[in-house]
Amino acid sequence: MTKYFMNVWSAFPDWSQVLLLNLGMIILILVPLMLSVAYLTYAERKIIGYMQVRIGPNRVGPKGWLQPIADAVKLLLKEIIVPTKASRFLFVFAPILAFVPALAAWAVIPFTDTLWLSNIDAGLLFVLALTSMGVYGVIIAGWASNSKYAFLGSLRSAAQIVAYEIAMGFALVGVLMAAGSLNLREIVLAQSGGVHQWYIWPLFPLFLVYLISGVAETNRAPFDVAEGESEIVAGFHVEYSGMTFAIFFLAEYANMILISALCAIMFLGGWLSPLDGILPAKLLAWPVLGTLLGNGMHWLLLKISFILFCFLWFRATFPRYRYDQIMRLGWKVFIPVTLVWIGVMGAVMFLTPWGFIFH
Amino acid sequence: MEFKQLIFYFFGTVLVFAATMVITVRNPVKAALFLVLAFVSAAGLWLMLQAEFLAIALVLVYVGAVMVLFLFVVMMLDINLVRLREGFGEYLPIGGLVAVLLVAEMAIILSSDRFGPAQMPDPGALPAGHSNTRELGRQLYTVYAYPFEIAAAILLTAIVAAIALTLRRRKDTKYQNPAQQINIEPRERVRVVKMRSERKN
Repeated sequence: MTKYFMNVWSAFPDWSQVLLLNLGMIILILVPLMLSVAYLTYAERKIIGYMQVRIGPNRVGPKGWLQPIADAVKLLLKEIIVPTKASRFLFVFAPILAFVPALAAWAVIPFTDTLWLSNIDAGLLFVLALTSMGVYGVIIAGWASNSKYAFLGSLRSAAQIVAYEIAMGFALVGVLMAAGSLNLREIVLAQSGGVHQWYIWPLFPLFLVYLISGVAETNRAPFDVAEGESEIVAGFHVEYSGMTFAIFFLAEYANMILISALCAIMFLGGWLSPLDGILPAKLLAWPVLGTLLGNGMHWLLLKISFILFCFLWFRATFPRYRYDQIMRLGWKVFIPVTLVWIGVMGAVMFLTPWGFIFH
Repeated sequence: MEFKQLIFYFFGTVLVFAATMVITVRNPVKAALFLVLAFVSAAGLWLMLQAEFLAIALVLVYVGAVMVLFLFVVMMLDINLVRLREGFGEYLPIGGLVAVLLVAEMAIILSSDRFGPAQMPDPGALPAGHSNTRELGRQLYTVYAYPFEIAAAILLTAIVAAIALTLRRRKDTKYQNPAQQINIEPRERVRVVKMRSERKN
């Protein structure tokens, strides 16, 4: 039986074998990702519910576990309304444009030491380039809707994303200075040797800037003036309904997961266990405990989940920023902080004997 | 045809199509979006030349930043297409002359030997562990350090000048000064009045 399948497989030409293998791996990444996006919406409602002393969704399925499925079916069955005089093609294209970069960036994320879709040299730049393209979905949605509210929302969002992207990029410059590489896998490996080697400690200001900019980049509360229900009804996606709206929603959550994964990889040691290099090799050879305490994908998932929890926590805790305060924070606080820290890092690394702090 | 060639022709076709649409489409926002498409296809072509750093930098800088700001401005303009097309016939000869000159110049340069394959021979197989990004960085910061720094200084001057030219603050505008708001004495804002309770008989 296996032999038969092998024969069928080798009958394909070489290039199609590569194509099929890659497609299979992409599906292996995307299906769990889409499921986690769906259940992140459920987790958000539950966690914020408990934080506000409510129960959250608890009607559909046991403890409300089928709520995301019910939401998806509901949105799928709704009519997609295109406003009059809207640019029809761009109106439908915008949600796709918002969603695709959030998925495409997963191509370079390393899950373990040996597990990734592609291990390219400029991985960090690739991620930055793709996340910077997410803003087009918002801008085009606002413009194509032919609505003043949507337009205002997209202008706000575009200005905000451009402002925070600079701080985010500078925060990552610190990481690549410390790691000496743009390759995500090598950045993680440079942090091996236990929890005290993670970049969160020497680069703590950059970590904070990155995390907060990440919240602002994804237009999440408290930086969600692009939606601003009380001022511009729902901002850029006010005219969207049904599946087109659902895709904007999915894009926001997929972006959150992506930012959390990047944060885990850059500052929290990716798949590395916090006890890596501290535990003796004998303990790691134990059957179950050794696998759990050793390096592995479960650590990456744990770190991503923790940062996602922080995202939800922020939303439940902070009131929305005023627009001019958002801009002030981005341009006048974060960018100078990152620039100063990069200068300090460079000076310490090359002029003083304490450069090992950052390595 | 090889698979690689197929990809090359795909990107090439999209690039030429997008570039044509940029100058023919009526709506300025759509023209800007076609320009974005052209940049992305050009980045795809550069990737095929193994210039991955340049390709990604093109997407990061032009698509991710420059064109976003450009769209931002174009979207807010209320462009009157009828008035824009007035006097088209007047400008046509001058524009045509410029176009012909440009094409002629490009033809002269591209047909000369400087761009022939003889000038840029195949570098051969790259050694294992060769990093395009690292090589580029080394060249920029060693051989071309001065031109690089001069370019950086010019750009910085341009940024400062652009801000200085546009930054005007009207005297009657009301704005908040956060530093002043934080450094405030409580007694300037609140006056605590002590008075004894009164009894009603």
